[in-house]
Amino acid sequence: MAATEPEASTEPCFRTEGLTKIYGSGHSAVHALRGVDLVLPERELVVLLGASGSGKSTLLNILGGLDRPTGGRLFFRGTELTNASQRALTQYRRRHVGFVFQFYNLMASLTARENVALVTEIAENPLAPEEALRLVGLEQRLEHFPAQLSGGEQQRVAIARAIAKQPSVLLCDEPTGALDSATGVRVLEALRDVNDRLGATTLLITHNAAVAEMADRVITFSDGRVREDRVNATRKAPRELSW
Amino acid sequence: MPLRRPLRLSALDRKLLRDLWALKGQAAAIAFVIAGGVSVYLVMAGLLSSLEETRRAYYDRYRFADVWAPVVRAPYALLDEIRRIDGVQAAEARVRVPALFEMPGMAEPASGQVLSLPDYGLPAVNQVHLVRGRLPRPGARSEALVLQGFATAHRLEIGDTIPATIYGGRLDVRIVGIALSPEHVYAIAPGQIVPDPRLFGVLWMGRDALSEAVNQEGAFNEAVARLSHGANEAAVIAALDRLLDPYGAAGAYGREDQVSNAFVSSEIDQLRTMSNVLPPIFLVVAAFLVNVVISRLIATERNEIGLMKAFGYSDLDVVVHYLKLVAAVAALGLAVGAALGLWMGHALAGVYTEFFSFPLFVFRADPRVYVLVVFVTVAATAGGAAAAVRRAARLEPAAAMTPPAPPDYSRAAGSAVTRLALLDQQTRMVLRQIVRFPGRAAFTVAGVAVSGALLVATLFFLDAMQVMIRVYFSVANRYDVQVVFTEARSTPALFELARAPGVLHAEPYRRVAARLRAGHFEERASITGQPLDASLSRLVNAERKPVVPVPGGLVLSRDLAEKLHVAAGDLLEVAVTEGRRPVLTIPVAAVTTTFIGSDARMLIHELNAALQEGAVISGANLLVDASLERSLYAELEGRPAVAGIALQREAERNFTELMDRSIGLSVWVYTAFAALIAVGVVYNTVRISFAERQRELASLRVLGFTRGEVSYILLGEIAFLTLAALPLGAALGAVLAWALAQAMSSELFRLPFVIDAGTFGYAAVVVVVVTAVSALLVRRQLDRMDLVGVLKSRD
Repeated sequence: MAATEPEASTEPCFRTEGLTKIYGSGHSAVHALRGVDLVLPERELVVLLGASGSGKSTLLNILGGLDRPTGGRLFFRGTELTNASQRALTQYRRRHVGFVFQFYNLMASLTARENVALVTEIAENPLAPEEALRLVGLEQRLEHFPAQLSGGEQQRVAIARAIAKQPSVLLCDEPTGALDSATGVRVLEALRDVNDRLGATTLLITHNAAVAEMADRVITFSDGRVREDRVNATRKAPRELSW
Repeated sequence: MPLRRPLRLSALDRKLLRDLWALKGQAAAIAFVIAGGVSVYLVMAGLLSSLEETRRAYYDRYRFADVWAPVVRAPYALLDEIRRIDGVQAAEARVRVPALFEMPGMAEPASGQVLSLPDYGLPAVNQVHLVRGRLPRPGARSEALVLQGFATAHRLEIGDTIPATIYGGRLDVRIVGIALSPEHVYAIAPGQIVPDPRLFGVLWMGRDALSEAVNQEGAFNEAVARLSHGANEAAVIAALDRLLDPYGAAGAYGREDQVSNAFVSSEIDQLRTMSNVLPPIFLVVAAFLVNVVISRLIATERNEIGLMKAFGYSDLDVVVHYLKLVAAVAALGLAVGAALGLWMGHALAGVYTEFFSFPLFVFRADPRVYVLVVFVTVAATAGGAAAAVRRAARLEPAAAMTPPAPPDYSRAAGSAVTRLALLDQQTRMVLRQIVRFPGRAAFTVAGVAVSGALLVATLFFLDAMQVMIRVYFSVANRYDVQVVFTEARSTPALFELARAPGVLHAEPYRRVAARLRAGHFEERASITGQPLDASLSRLVNAERKPVVPVPGGLVLSRDLAEKLHVAAGDLLEVAVTEGRRPVLTIPVAAVTTTFIGSDARMLIHELNAALQEGAVISGANLLVDASLERSLYAELEGRPAVAGIALQREAERNFTELMDRSIGLSVWVYTAFAALIAVGVVYNTVRISFAERQRELASLRVLGFTRGEVSYILLGEIAFLTLAALPLGAALGAVLAWALAQAMSSELFRLPFVIDAGTFGYAAVVVVVVTAVSALLVRRQLDRMDLVGVLKSRD
């Protein structure tokens, strides 16, 4: 599968052409994406904004290889993913994609270190689990189980797990949605830090417009379409955000 | 006007229906387990009560005798005195003689007996049930009724003629009616262990006609009596013996020694044991499984319960809602179980009627059985549900609004094995899941082990039967033909037989009926005398080695020794009930375990010496050249001295067929149910594990794990637990089989405790296949899992 081949340097990380996604059919059809054209360069931290049902999560899932578009085309580093097989998408996720979800989705039966090791054991060029956890400030919590960690700590383990494989892209769906603001800031700092140090193209979905100020690029969704795609001239540090 | 109101389901009831539909696989699996327990119980308890009730009604209606008193020849006038014995309600005096029948189209000789009927009216005791035709006319020389089984086997119709050798005389008997009798429910030749309707026939003739044919005019050779309610059987037997003693009484006996009734009783006893042991195990296992499965199922509904309460439903509403869900599953299980039970009961009843001839055999389960089954099912399912629902109802609504705290594995991780560095994380997850939830793991292991054990214990019957058959026919009784003389004959009779066509080897035996007494214990038995070097018929012990009678004593089978409370070295009083009827004192030389029947043996010359009747034999066991069988049979049929002929090959075939058809069938029924229980347990375990871990599994898929790798985490656990359960199930099965072997052993059979290695293998294969199929079914759901949907939801 071509998607697993190394990138050509001139290509952006993601390119989409008229991407559509329709759930269901006939009267009950839901048009989640109505033609999305985007070019996302490497290394950027991109924030996706928009109301519920505006299509941002659908786009994230398609970019992450969890879902396939109904129409249009999708390229990852110049390689077309549009009609990739399930097997190829699994390999794509395994090699290139890190996910962070609102509800952490850690393995309750594994410690922080083991949760990260779960991914590093199947990755090609991973960080050491301890290194990944150090990057998110959890070097003191290696042997703790999820049940022994706070929500923010759990989410940072999830981030460490996502970045430990040194992913090409890091996809975060409302990573601070279940956290209080102080904890949320720590998580965002970790994401910013990882993006700076590892250079993974990072897409971050949030309902919190203030978060947009820490991004390189802000894409606003509305009704399945991109309403605005702007580049921030300056980025704030997560600590400076007000929410 | 409630009739006009359209039927509307409440929102909760609609949820209920949809939940049921969504859970259909699991609901069906639980219902299967319930149905398994219920139907086994119904079948066994139903067959037992049907057989008992049918027998009771049949014996009552046709005035089955309580006491039989055979004599050599007593004057008919004695009947009045018999009727006057205290406790005798009704009595008949009749003639009963052995006979040989030359059936057209059959080389082997059929044997049997001819009984007399009163010339006028019906007998007061042991009436026959006329299936069709009429009774023999008084004085008609050759008219007879024939037993239905024999008639069917030979396609005999009214008007047909049977050439018979009755008591040495030749007579062509004309059939005028076809009948059944309570004395021949299980129509079996004396000394045989299985009935063969082709080879054993019974005829009834008018008293005058039969008496004349066998020189019993004005006399009888058997009295039969029915006792009045509350009469003392032993006293009547003693009175009969005293009265008939001058006429050569062989000793009166009661129903327990009547061959047909003994077999029916043995069957009833075995059924009772079976239905006392196996169905309760099935029902309890089903109840236990249902209880646990339902409580886990409801535990996975935790959030829905929180939400319902948040909407304002009361705890009671919630509890009732889930009890309805459970009730629906239980009702399905009960309905399927009852239908299956009744259907199989009828099918098995059909098999029974092949071996037990009743005028009418209706399968009908006692209503109390239904009540019990419903009660146990409801208690098991509702009990399982109630505990889980109560736990769930205690949940604060707010708890459902926040993400559930992850279960704490820190204690489980303390287990050193899960810390091993060489483990990959998936294996670590599997191990910690087991260590963290030991109760759950134990339940799975127990469920799988019990299914395996039930399989082993039911299949064990087939192994035990095979050993029984092999030992009985290939080690103990290796003859092809056993010839029974009408009366003891001197030794030259043996040489005559040895010279008969096709006879390769002839071995004599002497057999006398006797009452064995030790202290106040008494048993009727026949004593067999055999040559020291007997090779065709001998006692075989539990180690399957032949036992040679010890000079100077009797060798008893263990069941006889136990009933008489004697051991080797004890003295027995042996009251011989035929010939000179001496009362002897003989020591018990040895006691040995036999698998089939009771036996008492000594050396033939010692027996003859004790009887003081000279060197005589009662018959001979023959080894026969198969190619000359037909001429041998023809020769034997023509000999007046021959009362009966037993063909061992036919007996073995019949016995094997009987085992296959009756016991074999119930074994397969039990085996199917054991497999059903395995399906119910394993499928539900895997399915619930899947529901509980769906989110983790979806996360792993998102992280880039392949379906195979993710399946390993889910199915690795069940595979690990199944493998752990296999040896446990084998051990449990062996214990269960041993207990069943003890419980099922009756006067007629003793089940050897032998489990073939193949039985363990077969049970293991069934369990593993059932596990694999359940795992594959769940694996399919894993493949179709909506990753995005699962991860977006909170739980």
